[in-house]
Order: sequence, then C-alpha cells, then structure tokens
Amino acid sequence: MSTALGSNRGTHPAIDETVTGTARPDPRRRPRRSKHRPAWEDRPTALGTGAKVIVLALIVLAVVYPLYTVIITSLSTTAAVTEAGGLITVPTELTTAAYRQILAGGIVTRATMVSIGVTAVGTLLSTTVSILCAYGLSKPSSFGHRPILFVLLITMFFGAGMIPTYLLVSNLGLIDTYWSLILPGAVSAFNVLLLRNFFMGIDPGITDAARIDGAGEWRVLGQIVLPMSKAVTAVVALFYGVGYWNAFFNAMLYINDNAKWPLQLVLRSYVLQGVTLPGSGVGQVDVATGAVTGLPVKMAVMVLAIIPVLVVYPFVQRHFTKGVIFGAIKG
Amino acid sequence: MTATTRSDGAGGSDGAAGSDGPDGTARAAHRPRSSRRAGSGPPVRHRSAWSRIKRDRSLLIMTIPVIVLLGVFAYVPMLGNVIAWQDYSPYVGILDSPFVGWWNFERVFTNPLFWDAVRNTLVITAFQLVFFFPIPIVLALLLNSVITPAIRTTIQSVVYLPHFFSWVLVVTIFQQLLGGAGQLHRILADNGIAMPDIMTNPDTFLVLITAQSVWKDAGWGIIIFLAALSTVDPALYEASVMDGANRWRRIWHITLPALRPVIILLLILRLGDALTVGFEQLILQRGAVGAGVAEVLDTFVYYQGVINGDWSFAAAAGLVKGIVSLILVLGANKIAHVFGEAGVYKRA
Repeated sequence: MSTALGSNRGTHPAIDETVTGTARPDPRRRPRRSKHRPAWEDRPTALGTGAKVIVLALIVLAVVYPLYTVIITSLSTTAAVTEAGGLITVPTELTTAAYRQILAGGIVTRATMVSIGVTAVGTLLSTTVSILCAYGLSKPSSFGHRPILFVLLITMFFGAGMIPTYLLVSNLGLIDTYWSLILPGAVSAFNVLLLRNFFMGIDPGITDAARIDGAGEWRVLGQIVLPMSKAVTAVVALFYGVGYWNAFFNAMLYINDNAKWPLQLVLRSYVLQGVTLPGSGVGQVDVATGAVTGLPVKMAVMVLAIIPVLVVYPFVQRHFTKGVIFGAIKG
Repeated sequence: MTATTRSDGAGGSDGAAGSDGPDGTARAAHRPRSSRRAGSGPPVRHRSAWSRIKRDRSLLIMTIPVIVLLGVFAYVPMLGNVIAWQDYSPYVGILDSPFVGWWNFERVFTNPLFWDAVRNTLVITAFQLVFFFPIPIVLALLLNSVITPAIRTTIQSVVYLPHFFSWVLVVTIFQQLLGGAGQLHRILADNGIAMPDIMTNPDTFLVLITAQSVWKDAGWGIIIFLAALSTVDPALYEASVMDGANRWRRIWHITLPALRPVIILLLILRLGDALTVGFEQLILQRGAVGAGVAEVLDTFVYYQGVINGDWSFAAAAGLVKGIVSLILVLGANKIAHVFGEAGVYKRA
C-alpha cells in the first residue's frame, strides 16, 4: 500500500487532472473532438450544451455577484452610495476610506484583533491535539485504543446540551475570557477521525522501518508521518480555523464585555441589527460631514470578515475532496 | 463507497474486535514482538496489560490532551444534565439544589411553546429535506457531465466557497440584497413593482431560510457525490453504450446506483439531525420574523435557559432533544443495515 494520497494516482484520470490541473486540449489534433471525452460518449447537442452553460453560469453568478457588489460598495464613497440608493453594482470612484476609518482604532479594530488571536491560538491548539490523538489511535494493535475511540465517537452522537455547557463554562470562571471561545469546541471528533483514517492509510512499512532504526513514536510522527500528511493537515486546520473565525454564538453566550467581542458579533450587532456603533460611523448616516458613513463602512466590516477565508481558501481547496472522503467514510 | 477509501481495510478493525487485517500481519512480520496477534507462528506467552501499556505509552500520552478536553467540555456537561431533575439555582449550585423528580419534564411536555418549537423544527427539517436535499445530487450530476477538467475545477472552487462564510455574513448578504432596503427592492421599485419585505415575512420564512441554506451549503454538499462518482468504473459506461443505453439510461442504471450508498448515508445523518436545524441561522433571524415561525428547539432552550434563567426547565428540554436525536440516528442506521447498506458506522 503506497501513501494514501498517492494511491489513487493513475487509476482515475478525472481525479488526477483535478489535482494537477494541467490537462489542456492539443491544438494540433482534430480540434472538434474533445480530448477529455471518451470515445464511446456521443457528442452533445448544441441545445444541451447551451442549457448547461447557462445553468452553470447562473450558479457561479449567484455566488460571485453578492461578493462583488459587497466589495465594490465597501470601496465606494458615501456620496456614491447615496446616489445609487444602496449597494453599488457599477463602481464610479473607488476609495479605501471606509477601511481606513474602521481600522483606525475603535471597536472594529479591536474585534478584528480578537478574532485573529482566537482563530490563531484555537486553530493551533485544536490541530495539534487532534493530530496527536489521531496518531495515538492509528495503530489498531495498540493498548487501549478501542475505549479511547469509543469516548471520541460518543461525542459525535450525543451532545451534552447548551445549558449544562454554559453552566460549566461559567463555573470555571471562563465567562468574558477568550478561552471560553476556544476550549468548549476545541476538539471535533470528525476531524480527529479524518486524520486517523489518513494516518492508517500510510504504508506501515515506512513507519516500521523508522522504528527499527530506533525512532520512537514521537519521532516517527514528527519526521515521517507529518511531512507525508501536509495536505490533510491543511484541510483539518482550515476546518478548525474557519470554525473559530465564523463562530458568533459562543461569543454571544460567553462574552458580555463588548470590548472583547470578536468580529462576527460586531457584524451581527452593528451591521445586521443596525445598532449605532460609537465613533466608527457604522450604522450612522451622515452625509454632511463628508466622512464615509453608513453602507460603505458596514460593507467594509463584512469584507473584513470574509478576507481571511478568501486568502486561505485557494491554497487549501484543491485538497478538499481527499480530506472529505477520508473524514466521511468512517464514523 | 468503500472503494474510495484506502484506509477501509485497516479501519475495519473498529468494528471487528481483535481481527488483525492484512495490516496487522504485515506489521507483525517486521516486529516479531507482536507476533502473538498475527495468529501464525509459534504461540507466544500472553503479554500482560502492563507491558503493553509500557510499549504503547507514547501513543497513550498523545491521546491525553483530547481525552482531557473532551472529559471536561463534553462529558462533565453530560453529568451536568442532572439539573434537569433539580430545581436548580445558580446561587446555590448543582450540589445543593433540591431534587424535584420529573417535575421539569412534566413542565416541558405540558408547555405549548415547546410543542410549537417541535412543530417548527420538524416543518423546517421536512421542507429542507424535500427542497434542499436533492439539489446537491442534481448539481453533482450536472458538474460531473462537464468534461473539461479546468472548467469543472473552477466551478467547484466557486460553489464550495460560501460554505466557509459565517451565518452572520450570509444573513447580512441576503438582507442587503433582498431585504426591505435591499437591492432587489430598489430595482423592483424603480420599475413600479412593490414587494413585501421577505426578510421579515413569516409566511415566506421557510422559503427564505431554505434559500439561504442552498446558497451557503448546496455547493459544498456536492463534494461527496463527486467523490463517489469519480470511483465509477468507466468500463461500465462503455459496456452500457455497447448495449445501446442512451445518456439518460446511463444516469439511471449506472450513475445513480453508484450514488445510492452516499445518498442513504446522508439521508440517515439528516434524519438523525431532524431536531437540529441551523441554530445560528435561526437565532439571527428570530427577532426579525418572530418566534411564531422561527422558534426551533435550540432557540427555545436558549431563550428559556439563558435569557429567562429557567435553567432546569431548559436543561430538561435540551435533554429530551438530545435523547430523541440519538434514538433517531441509531434507528435510522438500523434501518440502513436492514436494507443492506453500510450506514454511518459498521455493525460490530
């Protein structure tokens, strides 16, 4: 058994090309025949192709258009927004004033820092403990792995409930601390199983060779298994990271002090619910002063909440399929 | 499905106790010390638990952080559910609060608001099952029929994206585009068409939250179907073409049967989650449309417990929900086994 990631290579051309993305039709050969269409497949009708193109274009547009208009509006001036009467589709004059305004200190700046901090610490902690646990459970012959696995699995089927969890967090004195945003959801059994399934697919010959050479389990994990598992680790880290970045309910429960609010909670209160944000112009409509107010500032807060996802996503998304397959199969 | 996972052979030992697969034997060949588990060769003295603990101590130590975290933040709260049988007061604490038997559960089951929440939850689940569940399957079939890899990968990347946005963001986007002051209203108003504000309209709330779910998660939902489709042997299609099957018959007789285990798996998961419908999504919009349609079990527990401070009552309601959900998952999985599908987990 070769490494799990490489093992599908060559068996499914569709997957290989998805991963490498290099397939390109050869211009020298008969141009009308697609290189990717198998010989037995009949040529599509013009009507069918046209319908397919339209449907797919609409789907892509449904995702892209809202993002586009939000970003464009966040880069516009208050005057342009007032003139358009709302979100802007065709940009006239672009400015970063809204961003400079919300990042010049004040509640949005603080909330952004809180979100970044909680996401960084939480992702590091969750990913580390998940990798350790997954590797610790990856040898079916090891002592005690079955009861430990059972302990993990139960949490997938039965949750303790919101009220007892809240009481625990409050009794531990974690209310209004950043740990209350990290610790209660730090371990996802799904992600641990995803990593474990991947580790179990690694050729035991490789790790055993290292053990014969005198490497302990820690060294095997750090120097052999982890370097082979970069893709799946990235996927798990992304899942955890997105979870921390997007979570607002934990903060709503556990954080009362709005100086400690993460970005999502600021988004909910000041953008969705329209509460006036002191000093930052969010929620205020003030054309007279010339400062950027109202919608551009609101949309800038939204874009701040999307940016990290948009930045990390392209590097990780090509590994999704493998990651999800490894996670989804075994429960 | 099993063909897609390389770890299935090794992972199978989850369900089958003590049976070392080919994996175990191969390892034993490298390490004679564990040969007693391989079942071949001369019988070796049974290894004591202590020496096995010593051998595997590194692996055991690695699992400690997760065990501690789950112990504190998953299992201690399970015990904390004991307040459902108490008249809990935060000033006295769990240890000193008086036990009141099933009183809280009686209050839950006789509370009309609880049954409203149950009804709303089930209505939303049923509605999403009919109008959300099939969409990823259709999308996956459509995308799978795109034969140019570059286009297919690009579309995939785009449609996965909204899954990674927060619910706050999704609801805000919907509000900005479709809400009372939103873009759609403006365009319609410019053309002289008046439209009610769908963001605050209880009558269309079901459609609204389903549309939000579709926008956010339908794209992500296709990933597992595409994975299943990529394992279908192309020879099957070739053979069926020889037999004269057209495009639609190939979908019916080859593609859909290939998806059947995944569809059943996801249906089970959905049924097991029947009492859980997008908590964050609903709590964000409960204020705008009112509790009449947007109160589900989770929001009910939140408002009764955290907002009203009736902790024991809310804990009882939450416990009822958790236990019914557990029964639903196990039951649905049982049914899947009866029909010969793998289900969520393997039969022991």
